[in-house]
Amino acid sequence: MPFTGAQLAGSALADSSWNDAVIKLGNSFGAIAGFLGILLVIFFVAGRATGRLGRPLAIAVFLGPAVLLLLVGLVAPLVRTIYLSFFSDDSSRFLGGKNYGWALTNDSIHQVLLNTLLWLVVAPLAATGLGLTLALLVDRMKGQAVYKSLIFMPMAISLVGASIIWKFVYDSRESSQSQIGLLSQTAIWLGWKHPPNWILSHPLNNFLLMAVMVWVQTGFAMVVLSAAIKAIPDEVTEAARLDGARGLRLFWYVTVPMIRTTLVVVLTTVMIVTLKAFDIVRTMTGGNFGTQVLANEMYSQSFVQFNVGRGSALAVILFLAVLPLVGYNIVQLRKERATR
Amino acid sequence: MNIRMSARLRNRLLVVPAVLGLALTGACSNSSGKGGNAASGAPTLSAECAKYQPYAGHAGTKVTMFASILSPESDSLERSWAEFSSCTGIKISYEGSNDFESQLPVRVSGGNVPDFAIIPQPGLLAQMVKTGKVAKPPAQTVSNENQWNPVWKTYGSVNGTFYAAPMSANMKSLVWYSPKAFKQAGYEVPKTWADLMALSDKIAKAGANGSKPWCGGIGSGTATGWPATDWLEEVVLGSQGGDVYDQWVSHKVKFSDPQITQAMQTVAGWMQNPAWVNGGIGDVKSIATTTFQDAGAPILTGKCWMLQQASFYEAQWPKGTKIASDGDIFAFPLPAVSPSVANPVEGGGEFLAAFSDRPEVQAVQNYLSTSDWASSRVKVATGWVSANQGVDKSLYTDPIDQLSANALTNPAATFRFDGSDLMPAAVGAGQEWKSLTAWFAEGKSIQQVASDIDGAWPQ
Repeated sequence: MPFTGAQLAGSALADSSWNDAVIKLGNSFGAIAGFLGILLVIFFVAGRATGRLGRPLAIAVFLGPAVLLLLVGLVAPLVRTIYLSFFSDDSSRFLGGKNYGWALTNDSIHQVLLNTLLWLVVAPLAATGLGLTLALLVDRMKGQAVYKSLIFMPMAISLVGASIIWKFVYDSRESSQSQIGLLSQTAIWLGWKHPPNWILSHPLNNFLLMAVMVWVQTGFAMVVLSAAIKAIPDEVTEAARLDGARGLRLFWYVTVPMIRTTLVVVLTTVMIVTLKAFDIVRTMTGGNFGTQVLANEMYSQSFVQFNVGRGSALAVILFLAVLPLVGYNIVQLRKERATR
Repeated sequence: MNIRMSARLRNRLLVVPAVLGLALTGACSNSSGKGGNAASGAPTLSAECAKYQPYAGHAGTKVTMFASILSPESDSLERSWAEFSSCTGIKISYEGSNDFESQLPVRVSGGNVPDFAIIPQPGLLAQMVKTGKVAKPPAQTVSNENQWNPVWKTYGSVNGTFYAAPMSANMKSLVWYSPKAFKQAGYEVPKTWADLMALSDKIAKAGANGSKPWCGGIGSGTATGWPATDWLEEVVLGSQGGDVYDQWVSHKVKFSDPQITQAMQTVAGWMQNPAWVNGGIGDVKSIATTTFQDAGAPILTGKCWMLQQASFYEAQWPKGTKIASDGDIFAFPLPAVSPSVANPVEGGGEFLAAFSDRPEVQAVQNYLSTSDWASSRVKVATGWVSANQGVDKSLYTDPIDQLSANALTNPAATFRFDGSDLMPAAVGAGQEWKSLTAWFAEGKSIQQVASDIDGAWPQ
């Protein structure tokens, strides 16, 4: 029997065992991201509508369902998750900050937090940097459309698919002839007799996993940045050249400032996608061998080990960690709009 | 369609004479119980349906069942109760899901409760009972439990109350090997732990083509580490016996207790011995990155000789591999570490929990707890074993099924349920997997591993 909206809201108020379903929503970062997207669309529509109609009724009609949806789908789970993070795993005992204490003092969680931070800094910077370099290089080449298409192609592959492909590359079985991965084969060919087991080598394995993300994201960064570079008026570059700017100086004092907004947008977009490291980590190592990240640990605590309280605490931590990122992005977008 | 129809028909023809006798005794004992609830107005079933008389009177009803079993195994299940369904008119609507373990709690607390769930972990059963939505089984189901080793009843119970009847059983304590290769090399199947260790040493020293005695893999996606929990459980059970095992599983004996760390030492001397593993795959660390499905393959190429893995590993061998005592591949029971422990058998099983006590639900619950149903399932397809004493062992056509059934129903066996499935999920499906994986992958010390796992135990 399918739920109706009223039933959903009713049971949310009445049934305490509603918890689990709500946590499921609340803890799933994908749902939060999805709703943020819906939120943006609704604000856009509502903004235009109120601008034209400008009547309270219209506001209520347009915003009502959206607000209801937000309350049931986003605010309630969020509040519920925060509430649960202060309770024991069967939500029977109030624990105060004990779940947070656990998250902040546990060694393996330290590693998880460190890995997450590493992902958020290294992967986006690498993808954007590489994208920018390629954009500058490819721009001067003949047949650039071909190169761009090739570099952009990984973007069309799902992260799970990409992870599986790269798993073969990193495979380090020592014997059984052809089963050894491309990376080990190359290492041996270069004269490294016994290359390590890549997936096991911590912290190197984190960077090997990030390489998958970079591989997928670089094409996107390149295409967008290349368009931004193209949009720089020739006169500007010409003038700079006449003033004696060459090479790096030209790049640093003319190109970068001209594409700064695009650069920031690309960087934050890649960063948000990087939060989907979940797929890569889950597919390639399952979070083992010191590669766990926050989103995966949250899933494991909540839905594998049924440590609902701890999982919720991690969800809140992840939420707080993402907040500045989202805030920064909004500020940047506003700035961009203001300059237009 | 044709093939399925004829198979079903043939199945029916086979079932009738074999089960008729058993069904009569079933019907007799049933009359005393509330169980089948054959209402006074129930129609009389005749001919081949007569044996389902105790379950009659519910025509046109439907029960729903939710489990983790997927096709083709679930097809075999549905075929096993097809006749029951058509005779009694109770439709069993089955739904299998890969995400059963995480879906079930959500469905139960969200109000979308199935009539039945087939639960493979006693820990999950306990969690479901805690919600207060699991129905107590009818008297008939309870008395049908007499056909099982009493220890099974405790695994279907929570806080001493019996809730879920075991449906199937599997044997974990098996060692896979190649009878052909053993014969060629003149090796005997070891009967004691000492023999097993001596044989391993002998194979390692012979070391033909760089082959090693053991192969292993504990990779299993996000569940990586579980095969290592089996190795530890088998050694704990085989060296310390059932009582220590029970106390360990309930954390009265800690992982850091000398009895357990000593068992870990034994595991280290066996599956972390660089001279013994990891045949045809790599070094000790490669055990952590090799999936359990891939682990046994080098036995077929002579790169390794033995693999400790459960009875369900039979499905992993390539098509055309002859599995028999004189074939390409077969298995022997893992011997006890200490001679004082009689026939240690670590195993698993699935339990049928009901979330409703409607009469038709109880009828199905009763039927699925009988040896009649178990026999009917055995006949449908291989790869399924019941520890129900009432199942005729000659019905098993597959030698591994036979071997497992004999071990599981042996009254002298020291049977214990998979320990990590009994421990709280935070330990048995979390920290223990993680820490044992780190033990193999990073060479962490036994003390460190033990204290990490103890630390994850919920207070």
